[in-house]
Formats: sequence, C-alpha cells, structure tokens
Amino acid sequence: MAHDATTSQTSSGNTELVRVATSEHRLARYTLIGLALCFVALFLVLPLAAVFREALRNGPGEFLTVLSDPETFAAIELTLLVAVIAVPLNLVFGIAAAWAIAKFEFKGKAFLTTLIDLPFSVSPVISGLVFVLLFGSHSLLGPWLQSHGIQILFAVPGIVLATVFVTFPFVARELIPLMQEQGTSDEEAALSLGASGWQTFWYVTLPNIKWGLLYGVLLCNARAMGEFGAVSVVSGHIRGLTNTMPLQVEILYNEYNFVAAFAVATLLALLALVTLVLKSLLEMKYSAQIAASRRH
Amino acid sequence: MEVRVQNIRKEFSRFPALNDVSLDIRSGELIALLGPSGSGKTTLLRLIAGLESPTEGTVYFGNEDASRKTVQQRNIGFVFQHYALFRHMTVLDNVSFGLTIRPSGRRPAKAEIRKRALELLDLVQLSGLEKRYPAQLSGGQRQRVALARAMAVEPNVLLLDEPFGALDAQVRKELRRWLREIHDRTGHTTVFVTHDQDEALELADRVVVMSKGKIEQIGTPDEIYDTPNSPFVFGFIGQSNILPVRVENGQLWIKDHSIGVSAQGEADGPAQLYFRPHDIELLEGNGGCIAGVVTVTRRVAGTRHVELDIGGANSRVEIELPPEKVTSDHSRVAFRPTRWKLFRD
Repeated sequence: MAHDATTSQTSSGNTELVRVATSEHRLARYTLIGLALCFVALFLVLPLAAVFREALRNGPGEFLTVLSDPETFAAIELTLLVAVIAVPLNLVFGIAAAWAIAKFEFKGKAFLTTLIDLPFSVSPVISGLVFVLLFGSHSLLGPWLQSHGIQILFAVPGIVLATVFVTFPFVARELIPLMQEQGTSDEEAALSLGASGWQTFWYVTLPNIKWGLLYGVLLCNARAMGEFGAVSVVSGHIRGLTNTMPLQVEILYNEYNFVAAFAVATLLALLALVTLVLKSLLEMKYSAQIAASRRH
Repeated sequence: MEVRVQNIRKEFSRFPALNDVSLDIRSGELIALLGPSGSGKTTLLRLIAGLESPTEGTVYFGNEDASRKTVQQRNIGFVFQHYALFRHMTVLDNVSFGLTIRPSGRRPAKAEIRKRALELLDLVQLSGLEKRYPAQLSGGQRQRVALARAMAVEPNVLLLDEPFGALDAQVRKELRRWLREIHDRTGHTTVFVTHDQDEALELADRVVVMSKGKIEQIGTPDEIYDTPNSPFVFGFIGQSNILPVRVENGQLWIKDHSIGVSAQGEADGPAQLYFRPHDIELLEGNGGCIAGVVTVTRRVAGTRHVELDIGGANSRVEIELPPEKVTSDHSRVAFRPTRWKLFRD
C-alpha cells in the first residue's frame, strides 16, 4: 500500500487511513500514468515501429538491395565523412571555448557565452542561408572563390561548414558548467607542482571532464549526422555527390520510393537509438562522477 | 629558504587588495598570516606562490628576484583549503605527480619516485592507503595527502591556504599539532593563512596580523597577544574591553573620578582604554578604581565571566574572575586593569 500508516479517528467513530500529502487518489494516478504511456506510444514508439515496418515491407533482401544502391551508399559515406570532420573540430573548439569561459576572467565573456548559444537559437535554415550569402556567386567572397576555382557551396566544404556551425554549442555547453563547478584549484595545484600548461591540461583538466566531454561529443555526433535544414540549403542536392542521409531520405520519399526512403531512415533511427543507449549509460556514469566531485 | 616581500601592491580591477606590504620570512620559520576575510592574506600567499602577479613590488627567494619567475620555476609547495587533489589518481600518484611530470633530465627513476612518495606518505601517517582514491579518504586524510604532494618536490617554501578551514574542530586541532611536528622535523620554511587566531597563536613562530590590505603587526604569538600595537589587533586577537577615558596630569580619569592608573608621559586629552578581561585585579573601597554593577554572570569552563555596567563611562565591560568568586546581580564590583593600552582616535 502506498498509504501511510498514519490513521485518524473520524467523528463517526470509524477509522480511516489518511493519505500521504503528496500522493494522489489511485484513479488519478493511473489516469495520469496511462495518459503519459499513450502519448509515448502514439508519438514515439508507433512512428519508430512504422519506419522499421515500411523498410522491411518487401523482406530483408530488398532492404539490403536498396541500401547498396550507389547513390544511397554515397549519401551514407558523405554523412560519415561530414561527421568525422565536424565532430573533432567541434571537440577542439568546444574544449577551447569552455576552457576560456570557465577558467579565465575577461571582458566580453558574457557576450561570448551568448554567441556560443547562437546556433541553438537560430533556425538551421537561416544558418544555411548565411553560408549562401557568404560564399554564393553573388556574395562578397563569391567572385574571388570562383576565380581561384574553390567550390564551397553545393560541395562538401559547404556541408561541413554548415554542420560545424549547427553543432558548435553541444560540446562547449556541456563543458562550461562542469568546468565552472570544478574551479581552477586543481590546475593551480598542478602548476605549483611544476607542470607545464599542456601537462596540466592533459593529466588534470582532461581526466576531470572526460565524461562530460564524451556526452557532448555523442550529442554533437547525433546532430551532425541527422542535420537537415542547414545542410539542405548549402548542399544543392546533387545525387551521389552532395546528398547526406537525411537529404537522401527526402529525395527517395518524394519519388515514392518508400522502401528505400524508410530503409535509409532506419539507419538514422538506429543511430538515434544507439545514441540514446550510450547517453543513458554515460549519464549513469557521469552523474556518479559529478556526485564524486561534489563530495570532494 | 628565506623569502622577502618588498613594497607589494596588488589591485584587482582597481580595487586594492594589498597596499605597500613588506615582510621578511626567515629560513625555516613557520609563519601565520592572520586576518579577517578580505584582509588580503590569501592574496599575499598567492603572490608569494606566483599564482598572482603583483601590480607593484618585488618578491625575493633568497637573494633572487622571484617576481619574474612563473609559478613552476619558483618551486613552491602549495596546499589548498579544499585539498585540490587529483580525483582520478590514487594517493600514490597524487604524491608522485610533481616528480613524474619533470622533464626526463631532472626526473628521478621510477623506483626512486615511488620510494620517495611512500616515505612521504609514511611521514604524514598514511602508509597503507597509497592505492586509495581521494574520494575514499576523510577530509583530514586528504589534507595530509595534499601536504605530502606539496613536499614531494622539495619546495623552497611551503604555502598553505587555510589548510584546516574545511575540517571539523576535532580533526583541526589534531592536524594543527601534527603540522607543527612535521615542520620541526623537515624544517621547511612555511607560510600558512588562517582566520583562526587560536590556530595562528598556537602554531606559528611569528604571526602577521593583516587588515584591509595592510600588515597591522608582526610578532611572536606572545608579542601579538600581550602588546598589540593597534586597536584593530587588540580587538581582533582575544577578548578586549574598551573604555572611554581622559588623561590628565599623568592619571586616567572617568568623568571626575580617577581610576588609579598612572599614565606618565601621556599627553592630556580623551583616549580609549583597552584591556583584556583577565588582566585585572579586584579592589575593595571607593577611590582609585573602576566600579561597576554586575548585570550578567556566566560560568565558562574554569573562569567566571562577569559583565559590568560602568556608570560613569556609560559602557559595559567584561571581566574574568576565578570561579570561587561569586558575585550576585546588581552588586558592586571594583577593579583596576593591570595590563592595558591607550589608543587615541
């Protein structure tokens, strides 16, 4: 029984269990839980199941055939390539930005913090358009780039740039509060013991933030692979060349090639599921770390 | 190694934290920087360490100008209030850290580093705990690891920032005694910061009392307690009473009543009389004493604290009497300070 053992005597003489203040009536509880479950089933589980069902409608053989289509395969390759470039870049940028913000006092710090959040507050399509305005043929840099034979828009560099921009905040935002919480005395201790800046970073700072860093990288990677809006604007949708997986899904779908569209979608869904599992595992580990650092 | 601080000024965004501070620390000395929060004591310690750089002034290590050296080059040992142990390293790795990160030319062999770290752990009485992680130690144990880690690099000077500030009273007392022992055994020049006067007076060879970015007084614990040279030090260290008095003809007066204390050589005029509650003698009679009416009596351990209302001076003082001396409320008590000091505004 969830009811507390506290009893009270009513005026009519029969005893009745008094409900714990924070608990609801059983009916209310089950209704609320039921509603939440229905919602999750309707909006999360059902669509996910539908994706897999559609992809495997004509059997696993066809599933594999459509995935090995050269254009689809090229999209998978491009997505991986973009992630492999964008995630390490943002790893380095993120650490550098978090380090600067958390460990140093300087003018314009609040402004920099806001700036880091910018990609989150701007619609991804706008982010893409910014790059078109920067590097397009009618832009400031356009003619110069053209005369030097450098192709940024509608090519891999543009896609990478847009992805880097959109995924920039993930690592930094994860690290800033963590590093602020940890303070600078560990680093000062290492320096006072004669460690160089690099040694301090490598042996002291990095181990202190590694779980938070991994968490940020994971989220960053998921977004880098799944980004649609910004990439769509700068990619130019050249089949087999500048289509990433999300763009490929859209093209296939628009061509009524449902099996192929859902097959690629399953890969993205799997990525999401794997990310989710890893994220939960990390959260378990990471929260223990945070707790340990608080006990410290 | 002796450390000299010369005319140091330090400003934090134009707010002065230290103002023309000079201090000579003798080799092998255990010295306490004592003051209320915001007095600049931690800033001074961090300046000696090289964790902050002075706006003006110089720090000498021996005869060398250390001001231009980085914290790494100064070869100091620093112990933080909240330990700052490396939480992902074992106790042994923490203590060895300063030696293992040295460039290969100056780095002792692995076995040698291990031996030295174990010796230090033995010195701080933590043998057998070398494989533990900081999270598995108590606060007192962690601070001992921090001290061992700082001593491992054989520092020129050992700097401790409120080393016992985060510990509970019992452990604090124990570690205090123990730090003194370690200091006497190793002979490191040691500077520690504290806001706890008991800690400073009990532990240090010399105490530096600081207030508002300045040094108020430097002296042995006895000198600081017995002959404070400013109202601040008098008020900050131990208990004190303040009575407004008047100097006239080499005598002290409260209103038209001489209190029987001669102040030869003092110029005439109003002054503040400072004395400690236990530096008094009880008197009988009416003339040549300070008389007051008992308002509150408290028994504190081995003494009886009596609060008196001094009518003529319109103020209250507290005196300490032996416990067998029982005074009832509203009774009259007459006394005279035996050790006192006059300060003028």
